[in-house]
Amino acid sequence: MADSTASKAPAPVPSGDGAPLSHEQRLEAYRQMVLARVTDERCLALQRQGRIGFYAPLIGQEAAQVGAALALRDEDWAFPAYRELAFALTRGVPLQEIIDQLFGNGRDLIKGRQMPNHFGFRDQHFVVASSPIGTQITQAVGAAMAAQRRHDRIATIAFFGDGATSSNDFHAGLNFAGVFRAPTIFFCQNNEWAISLPREKQTRSATLAEKASAYGFSGVVVDGNELGAVYAAVREARARAVRGDGPTLIEAQVYRLGPHSTSDDPRRYRTDAEVEAARRNDPVLRLQKELTEEHVVDASSDQKIWEAARAQLAAAIDSAEKAAPLAPTSFLEDVFAAPTPRLAEERAAFEGLVRDGVIHP
Amino acid sequence: MTELTLVQAVNRGLLEAMRADPDVLVLGEDIGVNGGVFRATEGLYKEFGADRVIDTPLSETGIVGTAIGMALYGLKPVAEIQFLDFIYPAFDQIVSELAKFRYRSGGQFPCHVVIRTPYGGGIKGGLYHSQSTEAYFCHTAGLKVAIPATPADAKGLLLTAIHDEDPVIFLEPKRIYRAVTGEVPDGDTRVPFGVARTVREGTDVSIFAYGAMIPPTTDAAALLEKDGISAEVIDLRTLVPLDERAILASVEKTGRAVVVHEAARFCGFGGELAALLAEKAFYSLKAPIARVTGYDTPFPYALENLYLPNAETIAHAARATARAA
Repeated sequence: MADSTASKAPAPVPSGDGAPLSHEQRLEAYRQMVLARVTDERCLALQRQGRIGFYAPLIGQEAAQVGAALALRDEDWAFPAYRELAFALTRGVPLQEIIDQLFGNGRDLIKGRQMPNHFGFRDQHFVVASSPIGTQITQAVGAAMAAQRRHDRIATIAFFGDGATSSNDFHAGLNFAGVFRAPTIFFCQNNEWAISLPREKQTRSATLAEKASAYGFSGVVVDGNELGAVYAAVREARARAVRGDGPTLIEAQVYRLGPHSTSDDPRRYRTDAEVEAARRNDPVLRLQKELTEEHVVDASSDQKIWEAARAQLAAAIDSAEKAAPLAPTSFLEDVFAAPTPRLAEERAAFEGLVRDGVIHP
Repeated sequence: MTELTLVQAVNRGLLEAMRADPDVLVLGEDIGVNGGVFRATEGLYKEFGADRVIDTPLSETGIVGTAIGMALYGLKPVAEIQFLDFIYPAFDQIVSELAKFRYRSGGQFPCHVVIRTPYGGGIKGGLYHSQSTEAYFCHTAGLKVAIPATPADAKGLLLTAIHDEDPVIFLEPKRIYRAVTGEVPDGDTRVPFGVARTVREGTDVSIFAYGAMIPPTTDAAALLEKDGISAEVIDLRTLVPLDERAILASVEKTGRAVVVHEAARFCGFGGELAALLAEKAFYSLKAPIARVTGYDTPFPYALENLYLPNAETIAHAARATARAA
């Protein structure tokens, strides 16, 4: 007779570890969240005006991302999906570098190679994003295994959504992390929608966090609209990771208040009423209310925060649009460390076409 | 110099690279305690332990995905995929991720992973232990593709792969893992990428091959010699980068070209070589380019010897090419 009770479920992660965020930290978090929110609103408009080609908003996920960023240290490595703008800002990435990437101008750190939102920032250990779903999950585990081998007391964090929990790399990544006790934080922003597929059609599991138990480590559900809850959960997971006690899966429950991207029309698959109901939990408004009640901000200082964010963003957009464009031949670079003879030949041929007026860069 | 089989030379290359650089590590299925199903990693676990010789769970996307993460962090992982036929669960990691990291990050995140994997037929492996799908990888920008044919090259190209700055798909001809022995230089003697090897000089026809097709091609040249045909045999060694100069120089000399690979013909690497010669050596050609390849079928089990090119079929094609007006 098989013993179905043999495998014991891991203990739930206690929330809260060490001091909660101070007023100053929460005010700074709020500033980042406001900056992300105004960037979202403005970039959707920029795409409609044809000034940028694409945009994937993060509206509704600000507290989850900022809370996670505040709980990490500079030496930790992040493996983002393609919606992690607020995380990047809080990580210390200058807004200008983000905006330059959206425009794909000559200053863009990734040299216009990818669609907007597919950032990468070496200085902040923010690994360049890609479009395939879930591939960053195993990579985050590999970087964590490398850190283990170098005895670096750091953690890696993998960002992904509810849809990615169905991917090959989710299974492989969590399984490897469990086996090798990798210091990785699996940070799932469950925003309820994978383009048009609702969460309940993605998996029959009651929660996404409970999937961790199959891999032999803890999973925890947190209210992703609550900055302090996310901060505490990520802080605890990080502490566990650097202690050598292995990975954690965090399911931050949020709601994708916007479309999947500027190419998506959510009215085809969900009602406005559902979105309006979710707006009551808007993480930016929630923190705004809390800070107001705590007298950290008032109407006047709050207004200044929003105005400052809009002004900073307007200046960054203005600068991005005035920046020099990419060199036409730049798309032929960085395939390899040094061009192969064939690539050198193709570059010469391209330059010949330009010289002969066949191609007009 | 030491006399080694090809698989022993792979092992020696890994051993020396790991001794010389603590950042080099290997990971894959059954490679640790067991020493690899072909014994390519034999002895490494004992010397370097589980931290640097990592027995992984059975997941190719896990192996390559974690190897990518290790490389981004600064290590030099050498991943083993047990058979090329089983690499496809990792295809997304290889073509969408590994190949594109340097490019898609504007050079911020180069990603140097070596993926070693045995390939090719002739071992009674059937559909799933025999295929030669090098063209998939050659077609993806950002990957280098090396295929040794001798023990010396197995070690020398592997050392180059491990010290390269770019991702390398390292295809090992398992059919000749033990069938071929040869002198292998001791120490860090690297064989550069993009430099073909002239196996045998000749004047009447050029035959281009690589990996496990080198022995039958060399045998074919001996058969041709009896017919009074002087065949030049060129081992390409690396398909990316490709030594176009050596290929063109040979055909400019002989005026006739035969391309050999065991992979299926349609869209195989031979098509690229034929196009190269048509574009750049057209006026040197005295006869149509011939291809001797596998058939456009899945790889057969019982009749694999009929599927694979051999010395007779290669010599037959080269004879016709050499005698064509």
